[in-house]
Amino acid sequence: MSDLRDLYQETILDHARRPRNFKALGDDATHAEGHNPLCGDRINVWIRIERDRLAEISFEGAGCAICTACASMMTERLRGQTVAEAYSLADEFKSLVTSTGPPVGDPTVLGQLAAFTGVREFPMRIKCATLPWHAMRAALKSWTKSKTESPTSERET
Amino acid sequence: MAERSEADSGLTPSAAAPLSSAEIREQFPALASQPGRPRLVYLDNASTTQKPRAVLDALDRHHHDGCANVHRGLYSLALRATEDYERSRRAVARFIGAGDPNEIVFTRGTTEAINLVAASFGSVRVRSDDEILLTEMEHHSNIVPWQLLRERTGARLSVVPVDENGDLRLEEFVRRCGPRTRLVAVTLISNVLGTVNPVRQIAEIAHAAGAKVLVDAAQAAAHHPIDVEALDCDFLAFSGHKAYGPSGIGILWARRELLEEMPPWAGGGEMIESVRFERTTFAAPPYRFEAGTPPISGAIGLGAAVEWIEDADVDRLAALERPLGERARIGLARIARVRVLGNPTERCAIVPFVVDGIHAHDLATVLDAGGVAVRAGHHCAQPLAERLGTPATVRASFAAYNTAEDVEALLTGVERSIEILGR
Repeated sequence: MSDLRDLYQETILDHARRPRNFKALGDDATHAEGHNPLCGDRINVWIRIERDRLAEISFEGAGCAICTACASMMTERLRGQTVAEAYSLADEFKSLVTSTGPPVGDPTVLGQLAAFTGVREFPMRIKCATLPWHAMRAALKSWTKSKTESPTSERET
Repeated sequence: MAERSEADSGLTPSAAAPLSSAEIREQFPALASQPGRPRLVYLDNASTTQKPRAVLDALDRHHHDGCANVHRGLYSLALRATEDYERSRRAVARFIGAGDPNEIVFTRGTTEAINLVAASFGSVRVRSDDEILLTEMEHHSNIVPWQLLRERTGARLSVVPVDENGDLRLEEFVRRCGPRTRLVAVTLISNVLGTVNPVRQIAEIAHAAGAKVLVDAAQAAAHHPIDVEALDCDFLAFSGHKAYGPSGIGILWARRELLEEMPPWAGGGEMIESVRFERTTFAAPPYRFEAGTPPISGAIGLGAAVEWIEDADVDRLAALERPLGERARIGLARIARVRVLGNPTERCAIVPFVVDGIHAHDLATVLDAGGVAVRAGHHCAQPLAERLGTPATVRASFAAYNTAEDVEALLTGVERSIEILGR
């Protein structure tokens, strides 16, 4: 049972009940959907990028507590980060919830998201936690793609 | 019955007093209590059932002392394997009230059986603009094969809706069943709602319109009597693993005259009469539909499983399960924020529910921590999940070895989950 309290920590339950940045952004934001057909979870992530930084990031969707809380905490952690930092935090998070040994990098950079360590004890729930990050990565990729296709829209490359 | 010995089954002869749930439970090694682990409260029987010792022993006997390929070898071991395999075919025929064992085709499961009908019967009997009539409560395995057939032939699919209680809207079925209807494909028991459909009545209406009837009995086989003559259907399929048997085995039953006219759907050894490069002739049914080495041990295990159900008496099993389902239904509905879905007129012990504000997966995880195994999700019936307006539900489904203690564990677990996951 102690495992269960590790999984459903108070911070996680709080974000699941009152998700932050739970809204859609306008057309100026890059957007992607993450969908897990096995369980039906669906998360949409929007990111407005300014000067290579995630100026605003939000999400909407229907998912379990783990998925919703993770998306909410992800948006808080990533706001203001550079695109490269966002990718690197995504890697750090993946290693936090999937690796069985000691952390590979420095998990303290994840801040509150370290609360998801307990997920690694529940292999069937790892995908719930990583789904928002997949959607976030997909949104960044589509931004990169649109930038290279229309080079006038964003100047710094 | 005469052809098998008492020793084959783990049960006492039917003259003795009927077994209690607890006595039945003892016959399932997987349910035995283990030190340091909470009692396994297995309530995902609609997904798959645990296996009784009689089935495990039959599999062991085959692997230890009866293993050879079937219908090939001339040595005595091969003869024994063939006899065991064919004896299972006869056991299955008896189990579903089929007069002729050669009307039983062994398949990998219900899914393969339905795909076989869609591919083979579909190729000779279904043309462009013909209709296949389905229901809103079908499992994906009784939807997708027909969609593939639609793509190949240009046939149309028509879907009979379900009402608020989870009953089939029969008047809609009557309205949709017409001269273009070639086949009605319907589940005997819904794997999500537990609804028992009036298949005999459906068959009567379908036959009057000149349509054939396929019954998906996957959910029914272990929990409801099956008699193909009483159901008056033309095809019936079920899987071993949902009926106390092994996985990887199932059957298709079809009327002899239909099997005769149906072309092979897969080619290989076993299903042929003679093979020349110019032309191959095919074996008679059921072998025409059993290409390659079949799942021999699976078939033998299935034979043991249906004999176990027969000995235990399926009506008796249903009578043990039903009160548990009703008790769970009432108990769950009493918990604040819990909503039990559907209220079918005729039903078996399958109880789908949701808790307001708590996702089904979180609930299932917390229940599991307390040793209660339930299914959470869309249960391979997405169209029905959409109809119910709940992408994910929790489902408790009972079998003959479940007890009142299991129901209590479920109710306590749900209350506890609400406490943990909160407000």
